Amino acid sequence: MSEALAVVGTAGTDTSVPAVSGARQFWRRLRAQRAALVAAAVVALLVLVALAAPLLTALEGQDPTTYHPTLIDSARGGVPLGSLGGVSADHWLGVEPQTGRDMFARLVYGARVSLGVSLAATLIQVLLGVAMGVAAGLGNRWVDLVISRVTDIFVSMPLMIMALALLAIVPSGFPRPVLVALIISLVAGWSTVAKMVRAQTLALKNLDYVSASRLSGWSTWRTATRELLPGLAAPVITYAALLVPSDISAEAALSFLGVGVQPPTPSWGQMLTSADVWYQAAPQYLLLPALALFVTVFAMTVLGDGVRVALDPRAASRLRVGTGRKREARARAAVPGDAPRKEERP
Amino acid sequence: MAQQLRLDDPLYVRYGHFLQGIFAGQDFSTGTSVEHCAAPCLGQSYRTDQQVTDIILAKLPVSLSLVLGAMVIWLLLGIGTGVLSAWRRGRPSERLLTAVTLGGVATPVFVIGLVLMIVVCGELQLLPFPQYVHFTDDPEQWAWNLLLPWLSLALVEAANFARLTRASMLETLAEDHIRTFRAYGVSERAVIARHALRGATASVIALNAVTFGSAVGGAVLTETLFGLPGIGQELVHAVKVVDLPVVVGMVLVTGFFVILANTVADVLYAVADRRVVLA
Repeated sequence: MSEALAVVGTAGTDTSVPAVSGARQFWRRLRAQRAALVAAAVVALLVLVALAAPLLTALEGQDPTTYHPTLIDSARGGVPLGSLGGVSADHWLGVEPQTGRDMFARLVYGARVSLGVSLAATLIQVLLGVAMGVAAGLGNRWVDLVISRVTDIFVSMPLMIMALALLAIVPSGFPRPVLVALIISLVAGWSTVAKMVRAQTLALKNLDYVSASRLSGWSTWRTATRELLPGLAAPVITYAALLVPSDISAEAALSFLGVGVQPPTPSWGQMLTSADVWYQAAPQYLLLPALALFVTVFAMTVLGDGVRVALDPRAASRLRVGTGRKREARARAAVPGDAPRKEERP
Repeated sequence: MAQQLRLDDPLYVRYGHFLQGIFAGQDFSTGTSVEHCAAPCLGQSYRTDQQVTDIILAKLPVSLSLVLGAMVIWLLLGIGTGVLSAWRRGRPSERLLTAVTLGGVATPVFVIGLVLMIVVCGELQLLPFPQYVHFTDDPEQWAWNLLLPWLSLALVEAANFARLTRASMLETLAEDHIRTFRAYGVSERAVIARHALRGATASVIALNAVTFGSAVGGAVLTETLFGLPGIGQELVHAVKVVDLPVVVGMVLVTGFFVILANTVADVLYAVADRRVVLA
């Protein structure tokens, strides 16, 4: 029936496809992008590895912090014994130079630090950014002025400089991964979320359904959570998906500089600190963390881009998914005199 | 000791002294003698008793050499790639460029730098491992030794410029006046080079201001990796030994460059776009 309707019905609106819920539509549009799908699989695998780190290392029979002095050649400055940097049945990816710690275990536990810190940081950035942005958008002139100025200050701060400066003044007893996540999130990211949310809030504030909620005497809190937040979800999720990879890089960078996650906790960035000295004797000591970092950030970036496209109606319309375009085009072609327009790429 | 460093005074008094130091200079008593610290005085290092201004002046040329050189590369490479991929949009070559730039965005600078250093200096032995030489001592050696740091910093930043250039050019290309140009028979090459690129200038200038400003102090990773004695490396050192006056000084100088870069950008807007009028 709907097929017939589509042919006869007015062009443009297509009734042949039943309305799908937001989440399902999002999934369909994400699925339509092959690159994003592959990236999502890689990210899922990484998360799984990070969660199962104790299991995986138990399977190998090693742990990330035990020194193996018998596996390194102390006469040659701590080069791992054996070929390929000490790869063996016991040590799947060899051992670390100088200490003889198991590379596989350190790499796998490094994924925990990398993903844990970046996800925590992203969560803080999003919560803080949304809270500040909504408060600025709904608050009175003075609230808006103060929050906007503070946000502007944070937007223009160079991340590395401020993170380093903050790390200098925090007492060393503070749990380090938590501190790194806090500093990354406070210095960067949240301010951009706040700016965007404020702009979006101002735009939504005067729409009829929001006005209706306010006029019917609901509290600002209820208006914000029930009426505004759903409208903010798409841009915030898009931005959050792109924040994760940049937070991963930030953690790796701080740890690379030796001011991030402290030994003996393994971190990819930290492993790279002294890798250039060892690349000839133990190439995987350089290559593995570098590769892990690259693959993670790359997959997260591609996935973030896919999420952006899936949530952006304009970009998603180019995907030809879930809108019945093909059927619509065929229907149009069947009607003489109304040839399908060649789609123009902007 | 605490008295010498004025650690006994309340916060606002110390802040007052700090401000006084910047604008009028101040005197430090070192126990036996009094040392004068001239006008832009940022205090004294807790660790070495050197004046922070002197430390910064010694490190600044290194950071500026790194960032200015890298800026030339990232602008050329970034805008070039962006223009190319906007021009070849929808073709395989554009897909390849997009994938490469995405890779550039996703790679941390120290990974690119490490790989470049090991391949070029270690395996191929085309260049010696970089060691900073002052420009005034030997300009040729200065450039050769900075080549890899320039490249690794620029490659990462260029990716951002390429994405931005491409995005804003595509936006301009979709506008009505471009369609009018095409209808008048202006060649595609001229449309791209003269009109679409102009639309991208403003955003490129803005991004360049931010990138340049934060890179002067923020090229920490590149400086640490290649052992360049610049502001960033000094900052990391100061953070590790908790030398607060040096940290404060470095942050202030970086802030200064961020503001300077943004001011220059505002002036450049007016040059690039006649619709903007200098008030």
